[in-house]
Formats: sequence, C-alpha cells, structure tokens
Amino acid sequence: MRLSLFLFPLLAIAQTPEFASVIEKHCLSCHGAEKGLSGLRLHTRAAALKGGSRGSALIPGDPAKSLLYSTTELAPGTALAMPPGGQQIPATDRAILKAWITAGAPWPDTLTLKLPQLKIKDDQALVARLHPKMEQATELKPYKRIIPNSTVEFEMLPVPGDTKIAPFWMAKYEVTWDEYRLFMFQNLANEARGAEPVLDAISRPTKPYVEMSFGMGINGFPAISMTHHAANKFAQWLSAKTGQFYRLPTEAEWEHACRLGDTETAPINDRSWFVDNSPESYQQVGKKKPNQLGLYDMLGNVAEWTLDQYDEKSYGKPLPPEGYILSTKPYPHVAKGGAWSDPAQKLGCGQRIWSDPQWKMQDPQLPKSIWYLTDAQFLGFRLVRPLKVPSAAQMFRYWNNGVERE
Amino acid sequence: MDLTQRRDLLKSGALILGAPAVLSAFQASKSIKIGLVGCGGRGTGAASQALKADDFSNLTAMADVFPERIDDSVASLKKIHGEKVKVEKTNMFVGLDAYEKLIDSGVDVVVLATPPGFRPAQLRYAIEKGKHVFCEKPMAVDVPGIRHVMETSKMAKEKNLSLVAGFCWRYSNYIVETFSKIKSGSIGDITAYYGTYYTNPVKPMPPADTRPAGMSDVEWQIRNWYNFQWLCGDSLVEQAIHTVDKVAWAFDDVPPVSCVATGGRQIPAEGGNIYDHFSVNYLYPNNVRAFVSSRQIEGCYNENADYIMGTKGQAIIGRGPNPRIVGENPWTFAGQKYDMYQKEHDDLFASIRKGTPLNDGERMCTSTLLGIMGRMAAYTGQQITWEEVMNSQHRIFPEKLEWSGKLPVEPMPLPGRTKFA
Repeated sequence: MRLSLFLFPLLAIAQTPEFASVIEKHCLSCHGAEKGLSGLRLHTRAAALKGGSRGSALIPGDPAKSLLYSTTELAPGTALAMPPGGQQIPATDRAILKAWITAGAPWPDTLTLKLPQLKIKDDQALVARLHPKMEQATELKPYKRIIPNSTVEFEMLPVPGDTKIAPFWMAKYEVTWDEYRLFMFQNLANEARGAEPVLDAISRPTKPYVEMSFGMGINGFPAISMTHHAANKFAQWLSAKTGQFYRLPTEAEWEHACRLGDTETAPINDRSWFVDNSPESYQQVGKKKPNQLGLYDMLGNVAEWTLDQYDEKSYGKPLPPEGYILSTKPYPHVAKGGAWSDPAQKLGCGQRIWSDPQWKMQDPQLPKSIWYLTDAQFLGFRLVRPLKVPSAAQMFRYWNNGVERE
Repeated sequence: MDLTQRRDLLKSGALILGAPAVLSAFQASKSIKIGLVGCGGRGTGAASQALKADDFSNLTAMADVFPERIDDSVASLKKIHGEKVKVEKTNMFVGLDAYEKLIDSGVDVVVLATPPGFRPAQLRYAIEKGKHVFCEKPMAVDVPGIRHVMETSKMAKEKNLSLVAGFCWRYSNYIVETFSKIKSGSIGDITAYYGTYYTNPVKPMPPADTRPAGMSDVEWQIRNWYNFQWLCGDSLVEQAIHTVDKVAWAFDDVPPVSCVATGGRQIPAEGGNIYDHFSVNYLYPNNVRAFVSSRQIEGCYNENADYIMGTKGQAIIGRGPNPRIVGENPWTFAGQKYDMYQKEHDDLFASIRKGTPLNDGERMCTSTLLGIMGRMAAYTGQQITWEEVMNSQHRIFPEKLEWSGKLPVEPMPLPGRTKFA
C-alpha cells in the first residue's frame, strides 16, 4: 500500500526520449528556439533538418554526415568541434546520438526541446550569483530608495564607525508593513513568477492564516511578529531587488548607532512609544523625535532584531572576528531597544531581550512556522547596509542563520 | 508591560498550565493511549498538546491517507516528546478506512484532525467504540452530517465519554474573560455584532498541470482539500467559523431566526469550488443582528476582529493584542494570556482522569450549523430560516468514496439559480 501510493505518480510521468535529453543538455543553450547561434536551432525536427549557416545538421540514417553528431567527434577544442570550449560530450551520450540518427532520427512532431530549467535553490550558489551585483559605494551619504516596481520608499542614514565598528548606513525607520508585505506577497511586489528566477528562489514567508498586524494597523506601521529567519530573508530579498547589500545589524552596531545618536536630554515621551503613551498598540514609524543621527524609534515602538545569538556571558566582552555571536540554536536571539509594551525604564541602548519558544505559543501547528512569531507583537526590525560589501561567504551567513527549524 | 518580566511570566505560566493534570489517586499512573487521525500540521500540533497535557499519556497509533504525513508527524513528535511516542509500525494505518483500524487498536483517546467532511463518520465510530475524543472544528460540511454528529454527541453523554471540540476561543482565558464581562452586563444589552475574518487564502489550489499523471480525482482533491466544498465546507464553515462561533457565544448559543448572505469568488478557483468571500447577516430575536464578513484574498486589507455593540458600550476583540470594552464600563484585558490550544487538552485529560466528562457537542453543532446556514444563504441568494436549515437534506459529502475513484467537481454555486435543498 505504502509503496504503490508513492511510486504510482512517478512511473506514470512520460519519459523524455534519450536523444532529446542529450541535445537539451549539450546543445540547446546555444541552439535553442530563442538563441539559434549560426542560424541553427535544434528545438524541433524540422529546425534540425533545415540546419544553419553550415547546412543541414541532421541527415537521418547518416551520422557521419550529420553535423549534429559529426562535430561532437572532432578533437575537443579544435575550430569546429562541438560543444565549443574543449569539453567533449561523454561517449555514452555520443553513442545515443549516433544510434538515434542511424535509426532514422525518430522525433515525434509533438516534441519540442527546451533548455532544461535550472532549478535555483536558496543556497550558497544563489548568494554567489547575487554577490557580484552588489553595489560598492565609496562614501556614506544619506539616500532614499524606492523598492523597484513599487511605490514604497525607504531611507538610509550614515552611521560613522569607530575603532571597532566599520561604518554603515542604518534605516531611518523600522521596517514597515508597506515594505514587508511586498516580501510576503509576490503579487503586491509586482513580481511575475518565473520572470526573475533569482527572486523566485529566495525563500519567502508562507501565507499566514491569521491577520498578522493583530488589528494594530498596516500603512506606515512597523512590521511585527516575524522570526529571525524571516527578517534575514527580507534583507536578502531587498538586496536582490535593489543591488545593495542589506542585513540585520549586529547587536554591537545597533548599540553603537543608538549611543552615537543619544538624545537622553529630551524627555522619553518626546522620543519614544512605550506603555505609558501607547498602552494598546504600536504606532506609525517616525512620529516622535529622531535621535541625533536622524534615526527614529530606536527606543520603544517595536523591539528590533539583531543578528546575534543571545549569550548572557559574552555581553561587553570582545566579539568573535565576525563581529557578532553566530547562531547555533533556534533560541535565543537578541532584540534591542524595548517596545510599546514596555515601561520607560526598559527602553535604552543597552536594553536587550531574547527570543523564546513561547513567542510562538499561539501557532497551533507542528512543526511550527519558521516565519511567524504569533506572540511577539512587540517585535520588529530595521536594516543596515555596511559601507564595505562583504564576501559571498559572509553574505550567505548573514542571510542564513541555519537554525530556523526547531 | 515589561518584556523581560512578561517572558518570565510566560515561562512560569506555561509551567503551571502545562503541568500534568491533577490525577485521581485511583488511576494516577495508568497510561492514557492516544490515537491521532489526520497527521498534518494541526493534527500533529494537537497530538503534541495531548502528550503535554498528561504525564502518563502516550501516542500509540496514527492514521492518515498519506504515509509520508505519518512519517513527518512522528518525527516531529518524537523530537519533543521522546519516549512518550510509542507508535509501532503496525499501528501506523494508511487509507480512507485507517481511522477504524486506529480506533480498534486499543487507544483511549482519539484526536480527529482530518478535513471536516470526514468528521461525522469518524466521530461516530470513535464514540461507538467508547473512546474519548478531541475533534477539530468544524463538525461537518452539511446538515445531514451535523444531525449525525448531534446524535453522536448524545451517545457520548450516555456513555460518559468526553468530547472536546477545537473551537479554541472557548478555551482562551482572555476571550473567556471578555465574554464573561459581556454576559455580566458591561456593555448592556447586545444590539449588534460585527465580526470580520479578512485574511489570506488557506492552501490555495496548485496549478492543474502540477497534478501528477494518474492521480485519482479523490486523491487530488484530498491533497488540496481546502478548495473543495465536500471536504472543507467552504471558507465560512472551515475558517471564519471561529468568528461565527463567537457570535453564537455572544447570543448564548441560541440559534438565530434567519439569515441573508452574499458571497462569491473573485480569484480564479483553479478547479476548486469554494467561495473566497462571504458576508452574512444573521437575524436574532428582538431584531438584533449579527454581521459576519470574511474574505480570503491576497493583498487586501486584513482584519480579524469582533465588535460587539451594546446599549452601554462596545466590546472590541482583535484590534490590538488585548480585548477591551469602551463605554460606561471601560475595561482592557491586562492579565497573562495562556495557550488556548494547550488548555483544550489540559481540560480534556483532566476530565478523563477525574471521570467527569466534558461535552462540547451541542454548541459545537450549533456553531457549525450557523456557518452552514450562512453559506447556504450565500450560495442560493435566499433568506434562510433556522427551521429550514434544520430540515435540510442536502448532502455534499459523497455517499461512497474510493481512493482511486472518479469524482467530478460540483460547479461553483450561482445565487438565484442554485436551489436550497
């Protein structure tokens, strides 16, 4: 029963003829329906018989006269040898072509060959593709950016470095639902599935069954209740969209930006949303006074994710070379600054909270979602962009904490 | 509230609430054997809560139509509950009749978490065989199904069996507290109820060309069960039923007089036959009305809230994390919330240990019927009375179901043309 259930659909899938797989694999990237180098297209029998600038590529029954086959037998790397570049097609594949042509090159009319779809995965290879596209800036200047194909804008402000922290930009505001929902819903972002394989490949949140703003508002309000993994993937997605490298701040960077901009002289009520002035809900970003760097809502409104795994003992001690505590387990990770639900004394540059499985309490499913923290209605994030674009390997680590599954 | 402190409270709260149920001295350490029917995400979650609810509960049997679901589920559960999961290979049952084999395998409690179309038959078999039951909402997809469940619920009472339903808000302390405020007169007499369930699609239909060659209609539809009326009962009955259940609660589970509804499908159904939006107007005695609106379309304004309006004020649930009352007797919930899904099982297992059975039967049927009533009013475009609903003979769940069988999809209902039956 179990076996038959599994295998039945697999067995029933129509087999692609062997010759077709060989041509698709070795020839079609240059001689497909679209590209057709030297006028030669090999996607249908008629096109192969017609041939290109060197004449017919296929003489049924005669492999030696069929350029489609004969060119694969030439010494690799020589002028007319196919495929070009010195890599000969494996002998078994050549044998398949030869036998097929000898047999009269049977090719059903209905069979159109297609370039095999490269299945792109959200892995190191994907980051390696993204890495060269990341713009390397030469100086820190404030800028605004519209997320491509949308009307949603975000703003980045310079945060100078010091002896320990390299300079970076930090987002003026916490990430809002306006931005985050473009990541949640491909259609809102005007992304057509299949149009940009790299964007398609980036993992995106599952559609939540419930209403994730919990009735506290969407337009201009901070996004909340996302997992650490979800925040990282948002950063990757935004980087892929904009060609600028974004990520979560490290705890050290977050605190650095908070202290540099410190405006403790102003009353907390002028600077922050907390339980006394907003007991029911978060508030729209940017409605209180910014700090001296121009950053809004660093303290209060929503607590903000950082890259760091929480480690009570390591706080204030020298950091590992990466500049933050790498993740080794799903919990706890550090969030900073305090939230609307906190009393004033819990708002501060040094204040930290740490994630806990209880933040997913109301998720009725098992395994629980890797995207949503149903009970962390006080938690959001903001992004940074380091002046110096890191290596692809570092980039991969920033976007993949590797511990999203509990 | 202080976050760090909240964390501590959450932790300690979980310790208290997740603690083993009070055991009677008599059968304190007797194992309670659990069987799980329907091993998807929710079923696995429910089994986990059942295992956490009682120190001496064990999962001993699992059933599903898809063997891979059982494999994934058992792996997830073992990770959390280790030795408490004692499911031998011979107690993993696959197929449409797997639930019977599971119930006959010597379990004490059955967790029913398959698509709701299957519920009436599975529930009946479990109660007939003398098992305590946790069953997910809703109870059925059509009125004959509900009548069947009503009988089963009576049988459960006669046999002193516990029957707990997954209308989870009834087990949520902050919603319970809100309703007890309402019942004690905080908003005066209820004049109207407006409930919203504007969310995203649940398990939307995959493109037709992803259907593997040779897969039967029945398998394809069960794999995509949320998109078919006969399996899920439509979105109002399967999801927005939580809001409908709160309406029923507000009116003391007394049925409405009648209802009128609109509904339809805006986004292509891709071969399924459920609506993606409903708006129902229930008429209660004394001209009091309840309005429930639902939508499952991506990219729209989302809201899941309840506004219960009374002569002295309004109760508001779902606008902000804490329910509140505005008006003459203002109030905001300020306590510690606990896990309602866990509470369902804590209560169930405590009732089994104490020998004081719980029975959610009546209200779980009334709430489901309210949903079905709204759906039928939308499908037909007619005003439908409670009496008409109670007499409906229309079955949408197939009489006979074979795994490899053909099953044409009923066309999308057309108001004004689709007849009430």
